[in-house]
Amino acid sequence: MSSRERILGRVRRALADTQGEDTPIERTYLREHGDRSVEETVELLAENLADYRAIVHRCASADLAATLAGMLAARGAKTVLVPPGLEPAWLADADTEQIPDRAESTPHELDRIDSVVTACAVAVAETGTIVLDGGPDQGRRRITLVPDHHICVVRVPDQVVSSVPQALERLDPVRPLTWISGPSATSDIELDRVEGVHGPRTLEVVLVDSQASEDVNS
Amino acid sequence: MSGTFVGMPAFPEAAHEAVGNKTLRGNLRHATHTIRAKRAKAVAEVSDWAELREAGKRIKDHTLRHLDRYLVQLEESVVASGGTVHWAADADEANAIVTHLVKMTGESEVVKVKSMATQEIGLNEALEAEGIRAYETDLAELIVQLGKDRPSHILVPAIHRNRGEIRDIFEREMSEWGRPAPEGLTDTPAELAEAARLHLREKFLRAKVGISGANFMVADTGTLVVVESEGNGRMCLTLPETLISVVGIEKIVPSWQDLEVFLQTLPRSSTAERMNPYTSTWTGTTDEDGPQNFHLVLLDNGRSDTLADEVGRQALRCIRCSACLNVCPVYERAGGHAYGSVYPGPIGAILSPQLRGTASEIDASLPYASSLCGACYEVCPVAIDIPEVLVHLRERIVEGGPVVREGNRVVLKPAKGHAAERAAMRAARWAFTHPGVLRTGQRAASRTRRIHPRALPGPGKAWSGTRDLPAVPAEPFRDWWQRTGGGKEGTK
Repeated sequence: MSSRERILGRVRRALADTQGEDTPIERTYLREHGDRSVEETVELLAENLADYRAIVHRCASADLAATLAGMLAARGAKTVLVPPGLEPAWLADADTEQIPDRAESTPHELDRIDSVVTACAVAVAETGTIVLDGGPDQGRRRITLVPDHHICVVRVPDQVVSSVPQALERLDPVRPLTWISGPSATSDIELDRVEGVHGPRTLEVVLVDSQASEDVNS
Repeated sequence: MSGTFVGMPAFPEAAHEAVGNKTLRGNLRHATHTIRAKRAKAVAEVSDWAELREAGKRIKDHTLRHLDRYLVQLEESVVASGGTVHWAADADEANAIVTHLVKMTGESEVVKVKSMATQEIGLNEALEAEGIRAYETDLAELIVQLGKDRPSHILVPAIHRNRGEIRDIFEREMSEWGRPAPEGLTDTPAELAEAARLHLREKFLRAKVGISGANFMVADTGTLVVVESEGNGRMCLTLPETLISVVGIEKIVPSWQDLEVFLQTLPRSSTAERMNPYTSTWTGTTDEDGPQNFHLVLLDNGRSDTLADEVGRQALRCIRCSACLNVCPVYERAGGHAYGSVYPGPIGAILSPQLRGTASEIDASLPYASSLCGACYEVCPVAIDIPEVLVHLRERIVEGGPVVREGNRVVLKPAKGHAAERAAMRAARWAFTHPGVLRTGQRAASRTRRIHPRALPGPGKAWSGTRDLPAVPAEPFRDWWQRTGGGKEGTK
């Protein structure tokens, strides 16, 4: 008998007493916590990101290129990783050398790059979380992991949801997902929180007002 | 499980030693009290905690009741998304499968994400025996591995070590395993974390094989989920070409939507955060992103036996958050090592004797490693009634009865070691129903109290070995009551 058959057989015999019984799953919990306006939800996202020691910037769509250029310059970044589908205008003002995300880049090569700029799939206000799904403007999972500095652009309010249940509805489980809440952290030494053991030690999030840009364009 | 820790004494003896260790007690007290207070705050932020807890309990119970169906569904989904599924009935089989898979890659080293399942089966030791070095990459696991030590907490395995000890371990051992500790390393947590970052980064960047566990497996999509803080998980799940995940069969949730419950309750219960810094999910393999070979090893190792116990099976709801450890007065004093298992604390006291059986002295003693105060049940995010299972297991050990071991129904004999306790309880009952005997005995005890030993001789030794005998008051209560009229005339 294969182990598969053995294990399934044991499980079935173990459950012999439960014939016909079931525990219905009732979802009486909330879809979101509290009653907030759209602006308040974005504000909560900013607060919770900052509470987890991400550095939060806010700007209008028209100012995004200047904002990103300023952030990279302030960091002293000489090289920046760029996912294939990142809006080219975002980095139009940056002096930093742009390195495209390539499948063949080795981890050692990625380790020598100063910063990475990506978009995101969705952001969760209640938990201060950004979620990447490997889309063309976010790139492979490794590029937001190896460099020490990650800048993530969130279009607000379109990409912001209140809660974890709302985020899961928007995400496709077939894609590899990375949920990020603040920079890498550990509390393993006497429970003192230290930022960054293995992931990027600095996480900067730019909340760019996408509605403002539509107003300007129309 | 693969067995108890080698040479491990039973809980009472191990705990007795641990309680005498002042450094350990200080470290533990600080840690558990800090997390406890933070957790209460994180939970209070969510107004529907009770509903989330109930939903989590029901999702898990529902899954366990149809576990065969969901296992088959999960297998289909993982295979459909490009993964390979292996089934392991016990620790030896799981270790053999993983060893074979690593050897097929031609590699002799692997990087590991902290995983309870691989600790449970002793995977690192099994790999070592075959010439494969497994590097633990979680900071606390690194401390434990370098210190040739055992983890003592599910979430913070090096909770028993303070910063000075960690500095010494790094300085002494890092060079044996790779990049040495920097010159002049101090004991500040930031410097220690930086030393670990440099030491481990070398390994991540060259690793070809990663080994992980998983917090959840989603049956309908074939998705695996790892919840972590440091990014070592992301490193192991992303950079190597081959990923091998060893996961207990109970870790299934039926649907993607079910994650909405556990991604809210797990972080708040474990690290007391709204959300842990990193969560990774993957469904099989993805072209040009992440590992190109994915193997899932489904581990039984006593879980189906546990499932056969109508009272005890609720332990399989556990999502390994460790909240029960941090509130337990027994864990706080005894420390994790005393439990003789990778699962310490209240959950370990019910999980280990079910996964491993109660044949060994330590496993038979674990259901007694509790004051039954109920704090563990209160904090459990999936509402496991740990005291109920403890009492159930105690009854089984003292009275014996039918259990399932490795799929077979066997009948346990009553445990011998408990005869003295049973006799003592019968004697006490007799004394309490004969007031004259009790009064005479108490007066005699008061008069001789200066020469009372701290432990009992003869058959009572087993009982007093785990308890400090209470000091006998100078005057029996009955005499005091008579003399003072119930305290009306002062106590002196």
